Amino acid sequence: MSPGTGIRARFKLDYSGFSLDVDLDLPGRGVTALFGHSGSGKTTLLRAIAGLEHAPGGTLSVNGDVWQDAAVFRPTHRRPLGYVFQEASLFPHLTVQANLEYGQKRVPQAQRRVSLEQAVDLLNIGHLRARKPARLSGGERQRVGIARALATSPRLLLMDEPLAALDHALKQEILPYLERLHDELDIPVLYVSHAPDEVARLADHIVVMEAGRAVAAGPLTDTLARLDLPIKLGEDAGVVLDAVVAARDEEWHLAHMEFAGGRLWVRDHGLPVGHHARVRILARDVSLARAPMSGTSILNTLPAVVVDSVDDAHPALTLVKLRVGESPLLARLTRRSAHALEITPGQLLYAQIKAVALIG
Amino acid sequence: MHTRFATSLTVLLLALTFPAAFAAEVQVAVAANFTAPMQRIAADFEQATGHQAKLAFGSTGKFYAQIKNGAPFDVLLAADDETPAKLEREGDAVASSRFTYSIGRLALWSAKPGYVDAQGAVLKQGTFKHLALANPKLAPYGAAAVETLNKLGLLAALQPKFVQGENIAQTFQFVSTGNAELGFVALSQVFEGGKLKRGSAWIVPPGLHAPIRQDAVVLARGKDNPAALALMKYMKEDKARAIIKAYGYEY
Amino acid sequence: MLSDTDWSAIRLTLELASVTTLLLLVIGTPIAWWLARTRSAWKGAVGAVVALPIVLPPTVIGFYLLVAMGPEGPVGRLTQSLGLGVLPFTFAGLVVASVFYSLPFVVQPIQNAFEAIGERPLEAAATLRASPLDTFFSVVLPLARPGYLTASVLGFAHTVGEFGVVLMIGGNIPDKTRVVSVQIYDHVEALEYAQAHWLAAGMVAFSFVVLLLLYTLNPTGRRA
Repeated sequence: MSPGTGIRARFKLDYSGFSLDVDLDLPGRGVTALFGHSGSGKTTLLRAIAGLEHAPGGTLSVNGDVWQDAAVFRPTHRRPLGYVFQEASLFPHLTVQANLEYGQKRVPQAQRRVSLEQAVDLLNIGHLRARKPARLSGGERQRVGIARALATSPRLLLMDEPLAALDHALKQEILPYLERLHDELDIPVLYVSHAPDEVARLADHIVVMEAGRAVAAGPLTDTLARLDLPIKLGEDAGVVLDAVVAARDEEWHLAHMEFAGGRLWVRDHGLPVGHHARVRILARDVSLARAPMSGTSILNTLPAVVVDSVDDAHPALTLVKLRVGESPLLARLTRRSAHALEITPGQLLYAQIKAVALIG
Repeated sequence: MHTRFATSLTVLLLALTFPAAFAAEVQVAVAANFTAPMQRIAADFEQATGHQAKLAFGSTGKFYAQIKNGAPFDVLLAADDETPAKLEREGDAVASSRFTYSIGRLALWSAKPGYVDAQGAVLKQGTFKHLALANPKLAPYGAAAVETLNKLGLLAALQPKFVQGENIAQTFQFVSTGNAELGFVALSQVFEGGKLKRGSAWIVPPGLHAPIRQDAVVLARGKDNPAALALMKYMKEDKARAIIKAYGYEY
Repeated sequence: MLSDTDWSAIRLTLELASVTTLLLLVIGTPIAWWLARTRSAWKGAVGAVVALPIVLPPTVIGFYLLVAMGPEGPVGRLTQSLGLGVLPFTFAGLVVASVFYSLPFVVQPIQNAFEAIGERPLEAAATLRASPLDTFFSVVLPLARPGYLTASVLGFAHTVGEFGVVLMIGGNIPDKTRVVSVQIYDHVEALEYAQAHWLAAGMVAFSFVVLLLLYTLNPTGRRA
């Protein structure tokens, strides 16, 4: 990455019982997930980037704009960022409208790129404007919080587990808005999360955090498929692939998704042909065979080449990385099965995919 | 059984009552200006008679209100002669027990040495900012101070400089902290062992104001208390009077 | 019923309480802010000093103020060198004493209000480009309003009810330092019970109305 673009962040922080030590080069566009268990330092990193956590000696530049280095420390209110907290943190004494205006009117006219109307429309909160935050649902509150941050036309949007405080139904209510944000606004987003499904759905890049260190970083697809990922994802291990709707089978309500390496049948969600979407294939849903099978209920069987294999967390299991065309695929087998198949790198096998999730 | 119990009870009661009869306790309300001499008198009194004297110090007006509302005092040593007379008229004090235990002397005093001259001429110069005195409405010393200034023809000129203490103790505080350059205080507050303790003073001649008579009276509650009667008697004895005089009071 | 000197005392009292309350809100705000936010080891000591007037007898405060503000005292020396003279027996002196005496009744409700707001709204405001001062006026003050209401009412009422301190440093000068509580005391001491009753009953009624207002306008009370 050339200097002047992207997000360059180097922070060292020492608290009793916790230290943060990261040196990151993150892309200056798209959604980058800061992923890790609670206590891994991802929120602290986000707060240091926002200037909420004073990290002397750190350096930070966002697309060429220096926010912090040895000589400079721009306080939070001088950093052109948007911040979405886990709880929306709306100002209880102001209406939704006044909350939205609060940040916007503090941004000079010339620097405004997102209009209030745009933010309101994007999050679909026009009907809530006159209400006080106390009279909003949790999901509505979070949508207002996101719109409020967007209305400041941030150069960087920081989101600290914006869905963690919401139940499953509310999460499903908000996720589409976050996707629209991703699709419609060209604002780089750092998205803190410990939920693999959110990350799979929203992120383009991922930084895996553990004990205050960034232990892995890179494009989502490649990084999630790494066998040496220091965090064991267990049941959540799997790959996320970019795909496009190639055809629809009206009779069986199936869609044929094409990705770099082949095609997959998934349930038809009504997406039109040519629409881009992500598919997620969990390692536990992939089994391997030496020859394509007939007489099986499994719809998706793809030829795959073994790249490598590694022991999984449980001693009975092994995780195998394969390549389907240009795309990676993970399969989780028992070690006994792997032994029987005599798994070796370069070996050609058939991956039988029991389930494919279409995400967004 | 019955007789044994009755006997024990009698012995017990005797044991409890007899010492009290010989060495009783007297609750005394003492005018604030008489605090220092009374502490010494009470100590001597307890030693001489074996009685106990419990002293409470305060303003005479407050004691009056408390006595009217049932405060448990046996004897009042007032700062004036009116309050005891009033209590007597209203039946709250024992008639004919009243007598003047001391006559207070007024002093114009300053904490600064040499500030007040022996003739009180400093009053006429009027170079000071504040003249402290006790509230004349409430305190006999304040009334005496006003009377003195009136006699000297200085009342109107000096009134704007008045700062009033609610009682003579507070007036003393104003002057002793230097907030008021000078003030009318009780001689007993600045006098000990027959001489001035500090600062400078003019002892106001008795002719300039009516004598500040401080009367003592036995209150209704103390009329059968042997200690109360003993104290009244003791206040008139030479030993007590020597102490009173040493603090600058007449009697 | 009420004499001219009584009315003058009432006027003076209200004036003293108003001036004191305004000054206290101005002085108390930064102190409360510091106490609410600091992690300094001095927090306990400063908090204790502010709270002293709650536990000290007013006469102790009055006596020390008399000494400190007197011509030989440290405050007195300062005011003299500034050409202000000494403060006892003046209205300004009463204001200074009242400010100190009523300080905890203003600082503590405001401090509680600040503490109840917590860190988050301040952080949210900072991420929305508000400078700390801007945040204070646009977020902190509106959110702390119940605390300010409580503080104003308590500060005002406590100054009206103050007696011992005024007694010690006032000198009972009509129109300058003779406030209602002193006037009542004088009436009682002079056995003028009827006049004392009028003023005293007025004080009771006033205090009741003030507290009633406080509890009706601010029903959640503790929320401050």
